[in-house]
Amino acid sequence: MEELLVVEKIRKSFPGVLAVADVSFTLGKGEILALIGENGAGKSTLSQVLGGALRPDSGRILLEGREVSFASPLEAIHDGIRMMFQELSLVGSLSIAENIFANRQPVGPLNSIRWKKLHQETTEFLQRFRVSLDPRLLVKRLVKGEQQILEFLKAISSGPKVLILDEPTSSLTETESAYLMDNIRALRAEGMSFIYITHKLSEVFKISDRVIVMRDGRYVGSRETAQCTERDLVAMMVGRDISNSAFHPSATEDGECLRIEGLSRRGVFADISFRVRKGEILGLSGLVGSGRTELARSVFGMDPKDGGKVFLEGRLLHVGNPSEAIRQGIVYLTEDRKELGLFLDMPIRDNLVAPSLRRFTSALGFVQMKPINGFAAQKMQEFFIAAPSALKKVRKLSGGNQQKCLVATWVGTEPKAIFLDEPTRGVDVASRAEIYVKIQELARRGVGIVLISSDLPELIGLCDRILVMHQGRLAGEVRRPDFSEELILSYATGLQSGHSEDRARHG
Amino acid sequence: MGNPQEVRKHSLGERVAAVFAFRESILILVLLVGGIIMTAASPVFLTWPNLEAILLGLSVEGTIAVGMVILLVSGGLDLSVGSTLAFTGVVCGLALTAGVPSVIAILLALLAAFTVGLVNGLLIAKLKMNPFIITLGMMITIRGLLLVLAGGRAVLNLPDSFTVIGQGRLLGIQYPIFVVILMTVFGDLLLRNTRFFRQNYYIGGKEQAARLSGIKVDFLKVFNYCLIAVISGISGLLITARFGSASLTVGSGIELRVITAAIIGGASLNGGEGSVLGAILGALFMGILANSLNLLGVDVYWQNLVTGLMLILAVVFDMINEKRKEQRR
Repeated sequence: MEELLVVEKIRKSFPGVLAVADVSFTLGKGEILALIGENGAGKSTLSQVLGGALRPDSGRILLEGREVSFASPLEAIHDGIRMMFQELSLVGSLSIAENIFANRQPVGPLNSIRWKKLHQETTEFLQRFRVSLDPRLLVKRLVKGEQQILEFLKAISSGPKVLILDEPTSSLTETESAYLMDNIRALRAEGMSFIYITHKLSEVFKISDRVIVMRDGRYVGSRETAQCTERDLVAMMVGRDISNSAFHPSATEDGECLRIEGLSRRGVFADISFRVRKGEILGLSGLVGSGRTELARSVFGMDPKDGGKVFLEGRLLHVGNPSEAIRQGIVYLTEDRKELGLFLDMPIRDNLVAPSLRRFTSALGFVQMKPINGFAAQKMQEFFIAAPSALKKVRKLSGGNQQKCLVATWVGTEPKAIFLDEPTRGVDVASRAEIYVKIQELARRGVGIVLISSDLPELIGLCDRILVMHQGRLAGEVRRPDFSEELILSYATGLQSGHSEDRARHG
Repeated sequence: MGNPQEVRKHSLGERVAAVFAFRESILILVLLVGGIIMTAASPVFLTWPNLEAILLGLSVEGTIAVGMVILLVSGGLDLSVGSTLAFTGVVCGLALTAGVPSVIAILLALLAAFTVGLVNGLLIAKLKMNPFIITLGMMITIRGLLLVLAGGRAVLNLPDSFTVIGQGRLLGIQYPIFVVILMTVFGDLLLRNTRFFRQNYYIGGKEQAARLSGIKVDFLKVFNYCLIAVISGISGLLITARFGSASLTVGSGIELRVITAAIIGGASLNGGEGSVLGAILGALFMGILANSLNLLGVDVYWQNLVTGLMLILAVVFDMINEKRKEQRR
């Protein structure tokens, strides 16, 4: 294969940390190269060096045989290396067309924008990628998945030679992910090359030609994807052999923890009924937009509900707001840790106690710092949160440690029932395993757990039962002996509905 | 994109709704209805002297609103416009009374205004300081500076060769009115349709993304602060010429009235939104409201109360509108 990009001994250090240590690799023309490694392995730093956001301390980058160096991402884009950022770079108040053609709108005399031409070109461009959205539609009117797809289209619209994708499917539905991958393959056929950073090993096998692994800033090795197994890669990433999902059947007691009866919210979800036993891990699957998150938010009192009842340990609950829910013992761990879950600019300690402050308040209303410090130290240890001090700002932590903070925060409220919404999204393999251990521990203590996840292997690995939602309704229930990705997906996509039958059986 | 084949169709009702989704259309409608009611209620309203008074009032706030809305779109803000306005007048007045020819005095004064903008812009763009704080500081500093320069007294007895720019008439209409009309028409076209000014929407929408698109963010920010300072300067010169003297207190509080007008016209303090036409209509709305209350014999003290309520109403209306659109999806 023709070599497009040659990376030679790239080194980048930050005060006190060697983030990337003399990493070398090559990328062929029309190749999809997966880049994997735990959080902190240096993948992001390396990709930022390649994308021009960081300058390397030493090393060379050769693009098509010519040495290049970039002072800014803009220069990298000019030379044909483009990064697609995890954070969206779209402007909500502008149209789809103006976002795709940001600052390169077709212009006429006096630099005035030729709107007709702009919209026509956008339509043609979108049609090439089988998207039929009105180019004049404002981006803020699109849902998150659509925005992510648009971000991708914007990145390829400038025709880069190398596109660096960092966790591109983290907020996409299955269909959208499939759409993205189809397009990546199509562009590969046209000669575009990709560096694909991901935590999801399943994606490595789905999309990549070759995979390179990094650990502690170093290059560990490279494999032809077709010739290795998931186990090989995990071993390379963590430097030892760990089992990813060892299912221990939960010690489900007979007692009922949570019962939901006929819960509805107009236009969002309808007639949802199910029960969770004490110590049970109940999976809740479904495509994004199927109403799973919204269901959890309504039970937690964040969103209103139009009808239905929630029982906790047989008692009918009237929960109108999250504060009430927390007090009763039902909590919800959000899927969006940055926007909704954590106070990023506050210390770890203050995050950990945020929903439990009531416990640390004296009769006169004063907050008691001593027990709080003890609590924070204990939680950091229990949940393997790697940070020099409990006073470190959460923003400074890696994604995995942030997520462990979030889990510790909510488990720390000592709930009776907990909804975990995508508890391992964007988290490295080791942190993921640690979170799994914590979820199982929680179940052993008799807490009823509802695990919402788009990651089917995760649900299959952890759950006792899986409920599947489709368009706001329960489409089916899958029991452990019948677990398979195909069956869950067929319910989730509406191909199959086992609702009535299951209700007769377990209702 | 769950279903990429899905096409959004537009019915007639949706098209009408789309037109009125624009703040400008709503404001025009409100102004027309208000105008008709006022014409019926007061014989004075639809007379040329009254309209000229409204337009003259608009000529100050409207002109500055053009610069302010560009700043707001780019995520900036300038509280020092009122001070800059007065400062320019005083500098020009002092130069004139010292015997400097009118043209040179005008250029000198505009240079002074430009300098204020340049300092604002450099501090905000290069040192990444908060525009609210910097321009608040500048507003106080410049107001102090002009008091020092003028020794606490208004500059009187300006020559006719200067006052003509504020008092002269073309086709029976005072120059300042032409200035605001020209500024509106050109300002709107520029911000709406040229690639250069359109860059402000990207900066205000997402600064990092704007940089990645090759937009020279810092340059544009400095440019915007210089632009609004010069615009404030021009307003200051016109007002000084119109009164025939450079007042030390002129323009106090104008910054908030201008921002109010821009926000009523659809701009947002978060950046990325707004239009020149909207801001001018907002200013016109406030002008006509004040004028109408006057004509109807409502006590002048009510004006602030009503204007404040209108601002709050406009923002609440925005929020409800936004919620409704989100739910429709």
